[in-house]
Amino acid sequence: MGTMLRVFLLLLSLLSITAPAFSLYEDQVGLADWHQKYIGKVKDAVFHTQKTGRKRVVVSTEENVIASLDLRHGEIFWRHVLGPNDAIDGIDIAMGKYVITLSSEGSILRAWNLPDGQMVWEAFLQGPHSSKSSLLVPASLKVDKDNVILAFGKGCLHAVSGIHGEILWKKDLEAESFEIQHMIQTSGSDLIHLVGFVGSSQFDSYTIDAKSGELLKHDSAAIPGGYSGQASLVSSSTLVVMDSAGSTVTTISFQDGKVTFSQTPVSTLIEDFVGKAKLLALKLEGVFAVKTGTHTTFVRVTVEGKLEVVDKINHATAVSDVLEISENRQAFAFVHRRSNGIDLTVKLGADWNHDLLKESIKMDQERGSVQKVYINNYIRTDRSHGFRALIVMEDHSLLLVQQGAVVWSREDALASVIDVKTSELPVEKKGVSVAKVEESLFEWLQGHVLKLKGTLMLASPDDMAAIQSLRLKASGKSKMTRDHNGFRKLLIVLTKAGKVFALHTGDGRIVWSRLLNSLRQSETCENPTGLNLFPWHVPHHHALDENPSALVVSRCGPSDDALGLLSFVDTYTGKELSSSSLDHSVVQVIPLPFMDSTEQRLHLLIDASGQAHLYPKTSDALGVFRPELTNVYWYSVEAETGIIKGYALKEKASDDYSFDTRGIWSIVFPSESEKIIKTSTRKLNEVVHTQAKVVADQDAMFKYISKNLLFVATVAPKASGDIGSSTPEESWLIVYLIDTITGRILHRMTHHGAQGPVEAVVSENWVIYHYFNLRAHKYEMSVIEIYDQSRADNKDVWKLILGKHNLTSPVSSYSRPEIMTRSQSYFFTHSVKSIAVTSTAKGITSKQLLIGTVGDQVLALDKRFLDPRRSVNPTQAEKEEGIIPLTDSLPIIPQSYITHALKVEGLRGIETVPAKLESTTLIFAYGVDLFFTRFAPSRTYDSLTEDFSYALLLLTIVALVAAIFITWILSEKKELRDKWR
Amino acid sequence: MGRKVVLLFLFTLLSVLSLFAPSLSGFQSDELLVDDDEVGQPQSHSQQSSSVTKSDQTVTPSPTPRRKFSDSDSDSKIQFTLEHAFGDSDFSPAGTFSARLKTSAHGGQTLTKLRFSRNAFTDAEKESFKSLVEGDDFYKIRLPSNVLSPPGKDFVVTSVKARCISRETLDEHFVIHTEGVNILGVNYGAPAPCSYPRPAKLPSKWLFNSYTILKNTEQAPRTPLFIQDVLKTGEEGEGEVVAPPERSFWAKYWMYVIPLGLIVMNAVTQAMNMPEEQAPGQPGGGAPAAPGAVQRAPSSAARRR
Repeated sequence: MGTMLRVFLLLLSLLSITAPAFSLYEDQVGLADWHQKYIGKVKDAVFHTQKTGRKRVVVSTEENVIASLDLRHGEIFWRHVLGPNDAIDGIDIAMGKYVITLSSEGSILRAWNLPDGQMVWEAFLQGPHSSKSSLLVPASLKVDKDNVILAFGKGCLHAVSGIHGEILWKKDLEAESFEIQHMIQTSGSDLIHLVGFVGSSQFDSYTIDAKSGELLKHDSAAIPGGYSGQASLVSSSTLVVMDSAGSTVTTISFQDGKVTFSQTPVSTLIEDFVGKAKLLALKLEGVFAVKTGTHTTFVRVTVEGKLEVVDKINHATAVSDVLEISENRQAFAFVHRRSNGIDLTVKLGADWNHDLLKESIKMDQERGSVQKVYINNYIRTDRSHGFRALIVMEDHSLLLVQQGAVVWSREDALASVIDVKTSELPVEKKGVSVAKVEESLFEWLQGHVLKLKGTLMLASPDDMAAIQSLRLKASGKSKMTRDHNGFRKLLIVLTKAGKVFALHTGDGRIVWSRLLNSLRQSETCENPTGLNLFPWHVPHHHALDENPSALVVSRCGPSDDALGLLSFVDTYTGKELSSSSLDHSVVQVIPLPFMDSTEQRLHLLIDASGQAHLYPKTSDALGVFRPELTNVYWYSVEAETGIIKGYALKEKASDDYSFDTRGIWSIVFPSESEKIIKTSTRKLNEVVHTQAKVVADQDAMFKYISKNLLFVATVAPKASGDIGSSTPEESWLIVYLIDTITGRILHRMTHHGAQGPVEAVVSENWVIYHYFNLRAHKYEMSVIEIYDQSRADNKDVWKLILGKHNLTSPVSSYSRPEIMTRSQSYFFTHSVKSIAVTSTAKGITSKQLLIGTVGDQVLALDKRFLDPRRSVNPTQAEKEEGIIPLTDSLPIIPQSYITHALKVEGLRGIETVPAKLESTTLIFAYGVDLFFTRFAPSRTYDSLTEDFSYALLLLTIVALVAAIFITWILSEKKELRDKWR
Repeated sequence: MGRKVVLLFLFTLLSVLSLFAPSLSGFQSDELLVDDDEVGQPQSHSQQSSSVTKSDQTVTPSPTPRRKFSDSDSDSKIQFTLEHAFGDSDFSPAGTFSARLKTSAHGGQTLTKLRFSRNAFTDAEKESFKSLVEGDDFYKIRLPSNVLSPPGKDFVVTSVKARCISRETLDEHFVIHTEGVNILGVNYGAPAPCSYPRPAKLPSKWLFNSYTILKNTEQAPRTPLFIQDVLKTGEEGEGEVVAPPERSFWAKYWMYVIPLGLIVMNAVTQAMNMPEEQAPGQPGGGAPAAPGAVQRAPSSAARRR
């Protein structure tokens, strides 16, 4: 009896110790979450020089990342993400130990230590006006034993000391619109030539003494035929320019202070030339390249200034810069695309007919065309020159090619995610037994015994490693079938490159990727950009034999009136099912809550002229849509003019699937006092479980839950700049809650002395927004909760009994809303990049805010901290309800960073997806990096954790049973003995 | 007891009644009445127009008698026109708002004392309205976005399904959101609920019951800045902390009492068994212990089962 009690107590105490913890333990990292690092599309690359070892390459990217990559494996050695407004213009290696970057239009020059990426120095370059920038790191130029770095930016030339970043001298060129083209150092002298253009017709050349910054000479001449912005430096004194019509090549020679021009029509170089020719940026001695259509022609400029065609390639080609392989020997590479691979050719600059290297590399079509190539040489084992090439493809991927094979590749399109949607995985087919996929019983038991050892601290380091690897593989989390908890899904990701990826939520691997044909550059569509992803077809009736598909909406250019493109992608296989270019533009896509008989979701596309187009274009869909025509409304926010307009559809269609629309309401913000800076709406798929909120004194408040709630934040136009640009008196922030059906302003509130940037999230019946308080010099977060007063009298029991309540009556936007709002503000320490809120399957679990902090981490903050009912001294009843005493600032608990020690560099968005398990939500944060985790806002109250030790439970039960038997036998024996006595 | 019930009943009655009364927190200006001779009306048949005053206290709208307002502040008096449209028709004047423009000390201008005179429908308009009700179409109104220089940047438009305002009379409710002399938006609709499906019903009397409200922006509650307060309450509060609400002995110590009770009960039952066992004679095995120890059986390990 006593033993039993003791064992029971032991069990109790064990259970109380293992109460679930909010944060992670160290060994739980990576079990449910994954993190992937990317850099973005490479803009420029510099290989390490001879002195610094040859194992690394430094790249700068369009995501403003500078990174050092391992040449063997493509891993990131170090990486720095500069701010979103700090674009890198130039990158080079100085003195064999520093990486020099010029960024922010030539105003910030930084030096990074090559081996570890530590910043060595930073110099701010000032100038009178913005201009193009250029960076030159001369190899042999020294001023007082100090290496000089020359940076041109903001109309000034700066010489900066390479050792400590001091500005040695500065020369203002005093030319208003001088656009620098090249900075040339004549070998063996201290003279620097700057060549560039003023406007589109004037050529300027400056000669400057690099030691003192003295302007020695300035020549200027008008270019006959104009200038198109493309120029190629052929030698240190010759520049080739394409004229503005793209039909004539002008050779400019600027030797000895004389500027001479000679013009050659492109048609004399290239037969059957039509259209516009482009100059390729190529730095090859004596040769320039002209691109016409898909052809690339290499033209040599002879010493006398004559032009002769050297070679012509009939494919889209990328050409590398020149690489000096030995004294006076220059090599360069060009790569062109074949149908099933790429051809890499390396040639010696002087000897055109001889190929140093010619390789064909097999590659699938998914990477598109070759965009950039950088070459690097090495000495082979047989002492000959070998070459490796770093290739940037159309899908933003980065490849290293050596010895005719792809050594490594990086999918850097994933650094520029535009939109994310999830897709369910296939249902587990019958016939495939679960047991076959799961491990055998013995292995299962073995695993649990190992875990038990770990729990009881008996495990050796080897065992610990085995446990960790078991956990990582655990329970088939990367299987390609649905699980009953809904943790396994596919993340369908649309990227800026026009490539769509499917990532598995279990381990983050790329299940498939597809470069959409419709999103590739073509004659008809110059600059396609992806806009949105929508679930198009989600089969429920035929879930076993039909694959779901997604709709990718894009348009041919950045402007609103560019023509739209649609493509449909199978989310299991990634196959592009079909694509179509539309004859109208796409400004807005409205996913309708209707489906046609084949379970395709109806979408309404609004074009720039305000016409609505129904997709899919089938009579079936039209039949579903027509009865609902009068109930479809939408709105547009014109931030520039400060007008929000609401629209409805007209009954009569202009053609079968297009509908005219008409404005039904408008809200006009006075432009002298308000400027729209943020709008936010509820997520369409959000689920609200309870409509009422029971407050402490047994009272109920009804939530005002409307899918048509729009949050708008406006600021004073003066205060729309950066923080600190305006005084508290002249800045204010006004927030609005607007019903988007009728255009009613439900609530309006002014924060005096506050300004943007505003980040906001709308969920259920509340809005939370983040802004800056100029008076308090702090960031603030405010909450507005909206309650419906018109249903408040439903609390009367008699009415409920007599059925006189209006709980079941339909809610209409045309009824006058009687709402009550509650609001409260709190200080918050961080500036915020993005705010999201957790979403669960049924909306029962309490909510947590997910805040993307300035440190690129995701912080979970309980919604209870942002409750307008908080007061300094809550009553006992309120305390029991869970109301936290009011404090003036929101707490930041270090354990509640859901990204734990990781950073999602360049964080741009946080997406939450409910799992099937009510307690759990899936979180995907994206920026330059990707991060995914599973999160239980109120802990996993509805399931045991994955690392729950079943073996321990089993052992305990066995021990208990054994103890019962033993004590029973013992007592029996004793009793017998007593009786015999 | 009986009195309590009666009180409760009265209270419920009161609260139900009070729920009927519209509670409008942001109510700023009072309501208007139409007066055709005061306000220059473009239409001559505005004689038929009717208007209603509404205030916080009144539960049902009651027509107010005509009032003349003084001409002393006429310099700051302004007017702006309400225009309406039927479905997709063009806008035409439908009424006039007049208000006082109050200039505050620091130069800001605010609109107050809004009055509204509604023109009655002409026969043609009645016909258009009937067709709107039949087709469940929109009745649209618009106001200038700037009352000093109409229409300002653009018109502020809003619409309502014609069936919503068509009751016994034509009931309409305006909430005009202003910012200085600018009108941002108008909440327009019927004062009563208008739930779907809307019945197609024509008004029995072509009279307008208009309620108007002017609304200005609300001040956001300030962030609690109570560092001093916290310090103060902290000092005072210490005394309070010392005396937490009194809880019963049982509520505080039940977790100790129950196991203790169990042990005691266990011991008692053992002690009751013991004398019976001892009675037949001295136990053999573990018995060399002193008899004194035997007397204190519950504490002796040897005696325990």
